[in-house]
Amino acid sequence: MTPDIVLWLAQDGITNGAIYALLALALLLVFSVTRVIFVPQGEFISYAALSLALLQSGQVPGVVYVLVAGGLVAAALDLARAIRLRDFSALPTALAGYVAFPCAMAALAWWAAPLKLALAWQVLIVMGLVVPLGPIVYRIAFRPLANASVLVLFIAAIAAHYTLQGLGLVFFGGEGLRSAAFSDARFALGVVQASAQSLLVILASIAVMLVLWLFFGRSIYGKALRATAVNRIGARLVGIRAELAGGISFLLAAFIGTLSGILIGPITTIYYDTGFIIGLKGFVGAILGGMASYPLAVAGSIALGLLESYVSFWSSAFKETIVFLVIIPPLVWLSLRSRQVEEEEEE
Amino acid sequence: MIPARAALLAFVAFIAAAPLVLGEYQVTLLIYVGLASLVALGLVLLTGIAGVMSFGQQVFAGLAAYTTAVLTTKYGASPWLALMAGLVLVAAIAFFLGAITLRLSGHYLPISTIAWGIAIYFMFGNMELLGKYTGIPDLPPVAIGDFKLATNRSIYYLIWLVALALLVASSNLLDSRTGRAIRALRFRGVMAESFGVDTARLKTVVFLYAALFAALSGWLYAHFLRFVSPNAFNVNAGIEYLFMAVVGGASHVWGAVIGASVLTLLKEWLKDLLPTRFGASGNYEAVVFGILMLLLLHRASTGLGPLLARWFIKPRRREVSLDAQALPRRSPLAGETILVVEKSSKRFGGLVAVRELSFDMRSGEILGLIGPNGAGKSTVFNLVTGVLPCDGGRITCRGERIDGRRPTAIARLGVARTFQHVNLVGNMSVLENIAIGAHLRGRSGSLRAMVRADRAEERQLLSEAARQAERVGLQANLHDAAGSLPLGKQRLVEIARALCADPALLLLDEPAAGLRYAEKQALGELLRRLRGEGLSILLVEHDMDFVMQLVDRLVVMDFGEKLAEGLPRAIQADPRVMEAYLGSVQ
Repeated sequence: MTPDIVLWLAQDGITNGAIYALLALALLLVFSVTRVIFVPQGEFISYAALSLALLQSGQVPGVVYVLVAGGLVAAALDLARAIRLRDFSALPTALAGYVAFPCAMAALAWWAAPLKLALAWQVLIVMGLVVPLGPIVYRIAFRPLANASVLVLFIAAIAAHYTLQGLGLVFFGGEGLRSAAFSDARFALGVVQASAQSLLVILASIAVMLVLWLFFGRSIYGKALRATAVNRIGARLVGIRAELAGGISFLLAAFIGTLSGILIGPITTIYYDTGFIIGLKGFVGAILGGMASYPLAVAGSIALGLLESYVSFWSSAFKETIVFLVIIPPLVWLSLRSRQVEEEEEE
Repeated sequence: MIPARAALLAFVAFIAAAPLVLGEYQVTLLIYVGLASLVALGLVLLTGIAGVMSFGQQVFAGLAAYTTAVLTTKYGASPWLALMAGLVLVAAIAFFLGAITLRLSGHYLPISTIAWGIAIYFMFGNMELLGKYTGIPDLPPVAIGDFKLATNRSIYYLIWLVALALLVASSNLLDSRTGRAIRALRFRGVMAESFGVDTARLKTVVFLYAALFAALSGWLYAHFLRFVSPNAFNVNAGIEYLFMAVVGGASHVWGAVIGASVLTLLKEWLKDLLPTRFGASGNYEAVVFGILMLLLLHRASTGLGPLLARWFIKPRRREVSLDAQALPRRSPLAGETILVVEKSSKRFGGLVAVRELSFDMRSGEILGLIGPNGAGKSTVFNLVTGVLPCDGGRITCRGERIDGRRPTAIARLGVARTFQHVNLVGNMSVLENIAIGAHLRGRSGSLRAMVRADRAEERQLLSEAARQAERVGLQANLHDAAGSLPLGKQRLVEIARALCADPALLLLDEPAAGLRYAEKQALGELLRRLRGEGLSILLVEHDMDFVMQLVDRLVVMDFGEKLAEGLPRAIQADPRVMEAYLGSVQ
């Protein structure tokens, strides 16, 4: 292994690691606010990458059907609830968010797809198509279970993943797609040839982390989410609605998943089920960081990206096996450290 | 409504007759149902009953399938030998994985099961020895003597023989000493520990059984198809096994068969139906399964099994004989100092719940521990029983130092307790709940229970439980679900369970709360009689009339410290105690 290769692999590893770090942050965010292990994260990656690739080739991505149908189901649930409670005050907002916006986005996609607009517009359209699925999935799958145990929420997350992945196969088909690179430019960074694509991924990740940091530190919604994460009941007592916090955390996670998909699309070929594996690597990164602290999760994810990069050079066939077995050492460590004080599940 | 036993016989008859009357296609489907039932059965025990969730059971099935494929095709080993090798391998790996994840909190295990599911799938798909993604063909059939199980119909019988045997063994297991402890694991781990159940070990045992059931299924699958490939053991297979357990009703062993049947048949039906309806080929059944699961979680989280059972099956009520040979009892202690608490402290962050508390107890004494709410009384209980570790000081029970010991070790010394917040297994009968108290007085383990070699001991344990139930006046409620009783009676169940442990030291946390006047009188009478037998009782109670009539001495706590100690009469006159309870008079 020559120094060039070492550096080239490092660049590759950090690029992927940056994406895993974003995903790890989203997973931690959703888990701490809603106690949901956000397995469907992966589908947002696949949906976004495949939608962008289809838009680039002038086709309407099938995700428009998922979006409109999902929005209608979510709106129907809200309508049923409004009728039951005889309180229709929140209904206009729900209809706007779950029905009007998805339909408008679908229409926009139909109109824009054959035009092959500039990349920036396509990225915005993909965002508009995929990100709203976050709150929709929350509304349909998780909000009715707000008081369930972590394990029941986990089964629900797996069920949501299963459904969305199945829909992914139905609407995107089994073939893999790779979107066009944002830029083919390469430039010398010291002794390494850095690709603009990698740099873009890393810069975008840093930008998102900064925005998240500002959001949580400065904005009232960010503070509400932090309060809910620390103490659900306490947050409710001071007037923070758990559903709102849940919806926002899913919106953020969906945004991060979609962005990750857009960023990773040109780097690797994405199939309808690739996102699941990529999303799980975010989990591994979060677990490497101890599943508690945001900076450690970022560090763990970067380390995972680097490991993956060097392992694939050494033995590409066993790359996935090794990457997923890496969680064993931190689990051993966590297990040795854990006290025997049980947190009892409630019946 | 048909009796449970008749339903079982009808099912066995159906399984036995099916290959004689049904076509090849239906027999093959039933084979898949049987194979899936085995894995789902393990998950019912592990997830539904013990509360440990795994999406990785296909890993164990795959390991056993590949072990037998390699050993029989490459080394010419007999399938039976390969089965042994597969079971040993799976047991070793499951033991390791269990050891590193079962002690962690809830969500780590499911995440890591998915992770190693992916790891092993890619390993199967990339190893030269395992035939990469094309797999290993041409496995030999299983042979019994000279008879080769080469046809689907012949291996069908082997598969269902194993499945039925394990279904019966598992339901035997749940109806036993170890089974009651397993059923307490999910929601009542602390309680189980307090009665001597080593919960970490027991979870590992259940995890091993679930893994071995899956391994058996994998071995049978390999010799039924005579071919293995990675696709049968991908992550989605693991997810579907868990769905089966949830759909069928994860709280009952027969839920495994119901769930496996429903999902296997539904999948087959959807595969035929949906593509013709919707045109393009696609994974429609995944979409349907996912939505089905979500609906089930939202609407009927108990699954189909319990629903069907409620409509069609008449539950079997077991008769308890009170004349089984009595269990041996602890030799009574006389005049001994049984408990010494010296300068014990407990802090929760900045809050000092107990500060340098000291007191001691003799055998045959009732000591009342009183104080205003939040004084630290229940924390003292948790320190003495080992549920919480001390931050300082020393606690000695019958001459042995117990601070820092696990609750199970302290239970062995004859310390039994009740809980302030009633800590019963709600869906278990009163009798079974009380019998958990006698856990340490039995010895039979899970294997003996599975083959019903534990019945003599089981009769003794249950008749002891029935005797204790009678003692607290619950003889009419033996077969009621504990969760269905009013709170006062649930507290009596708590007391009977503690008595069932044949304790030397009994810790009662507000036993009279929720009882009516006559019941309180009876309880007081019972406690006096127990004291007469040499039992020591540490009592936390807010009903002062009850306390003052009963106790020999009192310790008064306030803000974690001992405020006063002495005879009831002296305590009642103590100005500091009055101030603590009523506030200063100035």
